[in-house]
Order: sequence, then C-alpha cells, then structure tokens
Amino acid sequence: MGSQFLSASTALTRRAVMGLAMAASLVLAAGMPAEAAPKTSLTLGMSVEPTGLDPTIAAPVAIGQVTWQNVFEGLTTIDRNGKVQPQLAESWTISPDGLIYTFKLRQGVTFHNGEAFDSAVAKFSIDRARGADSVNPQKRYFAAIDTVETPDAATLVLKLKQPAGSLLYWLGWPSSSIVAPKSAADNKTTPIGTGPFKFVSWTKGASVELARNPDYWNKAGAARLDKATFRFIADAQAQAAALKAGDVDAFPEFGAPELIDSLKGDARLATVIGNTELKVVAGMNNAKKPFDDKRVRQALMMAVDRQAVIDGAWSGFGTPIGSHYTPNDRGYVDLTKTYPYDPQKAKALLAEAGYPNGFSFTMKAPQMAYAQRASQILQAMLAEIGVTMTIETTEFPAKWVADVFKGGNYDMTIVAHAEPMDIDIYARDPYYFNYKNPTFNEILKKVEATADPAAQEKLYAEAQTILATDVPALYLFVMPKLGVWDKKVAGLWENEPIPSNVLSEVHWTE
Amino acid sequence: MIALIVRRLAGLIVTLLLVSAVIFAVMDLLPGDPASVILGTSASPDTLAALQKEMGLDRPLAVRYVAWLAGVLQGDFGRSYTYGVPVAGLIAERLSVTVPLALIAILISVVLAIPLGVQAARHQNGGWDVFSGLFSHVSIAVPAFWVGLLLIILFSTTLGWLPAGGFPGWAGGVGAALMALLLPAVALALPQAGVLMRVTRSAVLEVMNEDFVRTARAKGLSEQTALWRHAVPNALIPVVTMLGLQFTFLIAGAVLVENVFNLPGLGRLAYQALSQRDVVVMQDVVLFFSALVILMNFLVDLAYLLIDPRLRAGVR
Repeated sequence: MGSQFLSASTALTRRAVMGLAMAASLVLAAGMPAEAAPKTSLTLGMSVEPTGLDPTIAAPVAIGQVTWQNVFEGLTTIDRNGKVQPQLAESWTISPDGLIYTFKLRQGVTFHNGEAFDSAVAKFSIDRARGADSVNPQKRYFAAIDTVETPDAATLVLKLKQPAGSLLYWLGWPSSSIVAPKSAADNKTTPIGTGPFKFVSWTKGASVELARNPDYWNKAGAARLDKATFRFIADAQAQAAALKAGDVDAFPEFGAPELIDSLKGDARLATVIGNTELKVVAGMNNAKKPFDDKRVRQALMMAVDRQAVIDGAWSGFGTPIGSHYTPNDRGYVDLTKTYPYDPQKAKALLAEAGYPNGFSFTMKAPQMAYAQRASQILQAMLAEIGVTMTIETTEFPAKWVADVFKGGNYDMTIVAHAEPMDIDIYARDPYYFNYKNPTFNEILKKVEATADPAAQEKLYAEAQTILATDVPALYLFVMPKLGVWDKKVAGLWENEPIPSNVLSEVHWTE
Repeated sequence: MIALIVRRLAGLIVTLLLVSAVIFAVMDLLPGDPASVILGTSASPDTLAALQKEMGLDRPLAVRYVAWLAGVLQGDFGRSYTYGVPVAGLIAERLSVTVPLALIAILISVVLAIPLGVQAARHQNGGWDVFSGLFSHVSIAVPAFWVGLLLIILFSTTLGWLPAGGFPGWAGGVGAALMALLLPAVALALPQAGVLMRVTRSAVLEVMNEDFVRTARAKGLSEQTALWRHAVPNALIPVVTMLGLQFTFLIAGAVLVENVFNLPGLGRLAYQALSQRDVVVMQDVVLFFSALVILMNFLVDLAYLLIDPRLRAGVR
C-alpha cells in the first residue's frame, strides 16, 4: 500500500514538474523577445483624431500628422531639421529674376492605386489647390503662381507673378501634397498618395491603420515597419495608462507635462523632450485702448516672468521666446532680453503712458489647459503692476475663431500658433492683432523677393526684432514636444519643425 | 389597449417633429462657422465661401431644415463634415459600443442594487441597511470617471489583467470586446446602482406596510416569500421608471467615462462633433437621443401595463 501511495505521489510529482517546466519554458519564450526577430508593427498614440485624411482640403494639423510623408508626398519635402529637400521633384532651377521655377520630376513613381505620377498629375494638384473653387487651407501659398506648364512628362514649369522666395518650402507642406486625379475626391476618407505607407483602414473614433507600400519608388527610403497604427486618445490620463500598459508603443506628442514624471519611472519607456513650432502668445487688440499704445504693451511684457509662466502652465517644459519665432526656425535670434522681467520698470513705463494706477481688461482664454493655466499666472503677474485681468473662457476653435479671430471682439487672448514660419501673420490685413507696421510689411515683402537663404535669414532677424520691440503680442514660450516611447523604438523625430509623424525610418531595434 | 398604443405613437411622432425643429434652430444659433473650423486661421475669404457653398451652408435656414428633415424621413441622415461618411453609419458604429456598454452597466447595477435595496428594506435600520446606505452614498458621491481611473490603475497598469482603454471591435472576438467594456461598465454601474438601490429600498419599504403584505403573512407565508412574491413585484414600478431613465442616461451621458477609457461611443461622437461644429452629426445625434428618450418613456409606460394588472383593466 505504502509503495502504491509512493508511486502515485511520484507520478503526480513528475507530472507536476514536467508541467511546471513546460509552463516555465512558455513563459520564458514569451518573455524573451530578444531571441525573436524585431517587431515590425508599431502603435502610435495621438491626442487628436484627424477630421478627414486629406491635408489639402482642411487645416487641422492632425491630418498631416497621420498622412504627411507616410501616405502623401510633395514636390519638395521638409526634413527633420526643417530644411527643404527634393522629393517628387528631383531637382529644380530658378530663373535669375526668381519668376520661373523649372522642376525635373522623378520618373517611375506610382500612386497606391497604380496611377503614374508625371507632370500632368503635378499640374492637376497645383491647379486644384489654387483654382477658383479650391478649399485648400493654404491657398495663399499658391497665389504667386501665374501659369503651370508641362513641356514634357518629366518637366513642370511654374511661372510666377511676383517672386516667392518661400515657394520651395511651401511646396513641402502637407497642404501642398501631390494627389492623383482619379482618387483626389475621395482622399478625405481613403487617402491615396505616393508615400512609403498605404492607407488600410480608419475606425472612426479609434484608429487609422497604414501598411508598408511594397512598390515604393525610393528603395533607400522604404518603410521598415510592415504596419503602423495611429490610435487616438484624447484624455491625458488615458494616454498615460495606454503607455504604461503597453497598448501604445509611442506617444510622440504626449498631452500632459504634469504626468511626464510618472512615466519617467518606467524603465521600458524613454522620454524625449524636443521642440515644436507651437508658439504660445498672448495676442493683444492693437487697435483698442490702451493696447494701441506701444508703451503699455511693452510694460505688460516686462511684467511677465516667462520662466514662471512655463513652470506653472507646462510643468517647466518649454522654451521662452521674445518674438514670434522658434529656435527651430532658420535665422532665429534670442530676443527674450529685449523686455526682460522687471516689474518696477514696467510700472514706471505704465505711468509714463498715462496709467499710473493701472487699468482693467478681459482675457479671452480658450479651454485648453496651457491657455487656462498661463492666463491665471499672467493675471497674478499683471496684478503686481496694478493691472486687473478678468479671465473669460471661450471655446476653441469654433467660438474663438468667430469671436476673437474674425470678430476682433477682444482685449487680450492666448493661443499656441501652430503653423511653422508664420511670422508673416503680423503683415496680414486683416488679422486679429490689428497690428499695422509698414516697415515690418516691407521686410516680409523683401523675404519673398529673394531666394537666397542667407539674405532671407537676415531679413527674418530684422522682422523678429521689430516684433520683440513693438510687442503686438506677449511672447511667452514654445511648446515642447513631449515624446514618450518604448526604448526599443528608433527613428522618430525628436523635434517637430513641421507638425508630423514621419514613420519611414522608424523601426524596432531588437 | 391597442388604441392607446396607437394614440401614444402618434403623439410621439408629433413630439419628434417639434424637437427636430428646435434642434435645428439651436444648432444654427451656436456661435462658430463649420467652414472656418475646417479651414483654420490662414484661409482666405474666397476659400471659406467656396467651402460653405460646397457644404450647402450658403442656403437659407428654412431650406436647409426642410432638406435635412426630408433626408431623415427617407433614412438619409446626411454626411459628416469632418469624417466625410454617412452619419447613419457613424451612429450605428458607435451604438455597437454604447448599447452593449449600457446594457452591461444596467445589468451590474440591477444585480447589485435590487438585492441590496430589498435587504435594506427588510432589515430597516439594521446592519444591512447601514451598509447599503453607506454604499449608495459613496457610489453616488464618487464621480464615475474617477472610479474609472482607479479601476485602470488597479486592473490595467498594476495587475495587467484588463486593457487600459480602447475598443478592439466585435470583429476581433466577443471575448476581447467584452473585456474592454467590463471596467467602464463597472465605473458606469456604481453610481447608477447607488440610486437604484435607494429607490428599491424606499419602494419596498412603502409596500411592506401595505395591508396585502400583512394579509400574505397572516395567510401563513414566510417573511421571505411574502417579501419576494408580494412586496417586491408591487414595488417594481418606481424601479422600472428609474431603469428607463438610467438607460437613456447611459446611452447619452457616458461621455466622461468613454473619454477615460478611450471608447468610441456615442457620447464621444456627440462631443467631438460639437467641438468641430460638425453640425449634421450633432443634429442627427441629438435627434437620436431625443427619439430614444421619447421611446424609452413609451416603453416604460408599456412596462407599467405589464407589471400592474390594474392599469391594464383601466384601459381595456
């Protein structure tokens, strides 16, 4: 009996041991991806879901952040350093007077639907963007073009009405993407481009899926991932949870700086803080008393401690700016010392302008966290020099655009200007700042009159300096690019010279 | 009884027509123009005009209303400005998340609330009563989205048992979809359970003091049998009313919890459409919500007839 018991228990033990060993080997196998080939799919998180997937008919940056350089390409492109590079145009020549651009187009490029790319397609795209019923959000970029000619299938000639020194840069934008005549009308729901990734599906409210384009024209620049999924997660807490749980591999623009520290503790994740083009500025109505007086605006600027704003509004992440220009932009000059924080001087200047006892005004602050927090800090800072700010929350974008941007019905407001190299907005008329300075406008005209980068950079420096001195808006800071991703993911852009998520070079290292 | 139902249905359609006009007018009064939201701050006036024309926004209000209503009556709910797809499909997609979510939440809430409420009534001022009173206070006081966050921290990021958010879709398997809905359903169910428990408790308490329950006891039925066979069925009317309200709330008002769990539900569609001024989607979703509320009230009325034989006798 005893032996029977013994043998039974031995058998049981043996079975248990074998089972354990099998389980352990399974667990080990699952837990050791190092032995397996690197993953070839990536899930990327974004805060905002794009509204449609055609960057040539709508402005929201989220559209370009999914499609630009992944699905769609342009005649030119903008690289991770913000420099213009050739893409579907192999090379170009510019006539000495800057009025004729002759592009040599790349041969053998096909769209994802099989349509061939040639000069007729390029002409179609440009004419579609500049035509009478164009709904291109950056139609103004094509305004200088007089005629588009196609001497042969590989040559495109743009003849301009007046020189446009930024044309090559503008042609690299998402809104200048080259689209195929047959599929253009449906790009909003099923985008078809020439890029390294093909559109697969869009689950509205949740995700967009892209797959590698096996027939991509540029073998050297072909996608290294087989599959890329963009997942849209609006809530910052949900973003953090998705990262920690491994539901997303990367969040190139994480939404909440106050949660970054909680992610830094995770050994699996890397936090990469870079720059964006998002300039947070508190615009003033320069046509309205007392903001029509330059001294008042300068005094307000001196009342602001930029670093304190960054600390309070964005947990210390961000770069102070003294003008409407970011350190990413070519020809950047640090002008934060033009009117440095000095409440005493601010008070004196305010008195000189006729407001020894300060004044009261209303800040129309959008609902976004950065705008609300920065407004509250500005409120406290301006109180120090006797200026009373009342904060009124407004809904962005709809109500803000109607009320502040178009209606001009405001004293001060605060938004992050997202478009790269948009210093020319101060020369636009009408524009919500109501800032009018002929000297400034003249400089911006000169920028377009030359195609020489060095000359342009010098002019941009002059333009920045004028704004820093005139203070049409309180220049606060550039938003950081809070990148959080799996340490084994490589190839994502650290900075964002143009809103994008370029995936062609992205891969898993192990 | 059939005549009553037909009369109610006719009233329902008239109400919906009135509601549709109000919705359309209110949406038109909202500040902000859909075209400028789409084209951003760099668009020139002629581009804006071109888009407004393309979207049909250049037509007078009455013309747009009639066009929309005619479409809705033929089952064409229009096309979303932002997504570029038919709204009916969008709503249907979202309902495949929201309806199961609401049903699971209701189920959890009923399973928790009714036994707790009945027990609390039976042992009024006893231990059960104190416990369920505490439960209902806490679950009503604590916001559902916060409960959601705590659940995510515990079950997703710490234990790794359940997904932190998102919805894999039903095509990927019923199991995975149910797993994704479980935590949000619990978060939604708790406050609802608190309310439902209170309603159940007070309804049962009221009925327990009625003569017929005393009669049932006098007849020799045990306290349990008298409670479940006589008191509880008679206490169901307020409970069913509450359930009807809660169901419509869960379909329309789950937006905060949907946000925390990143679920593509109907509430989030409405919220996104509002912030993007996707007017067509807003009109359709609000009309759908209104239809749902009206229909739920109708169904609750019908349920009364089923529960209470006296009402049936009255309308015969």
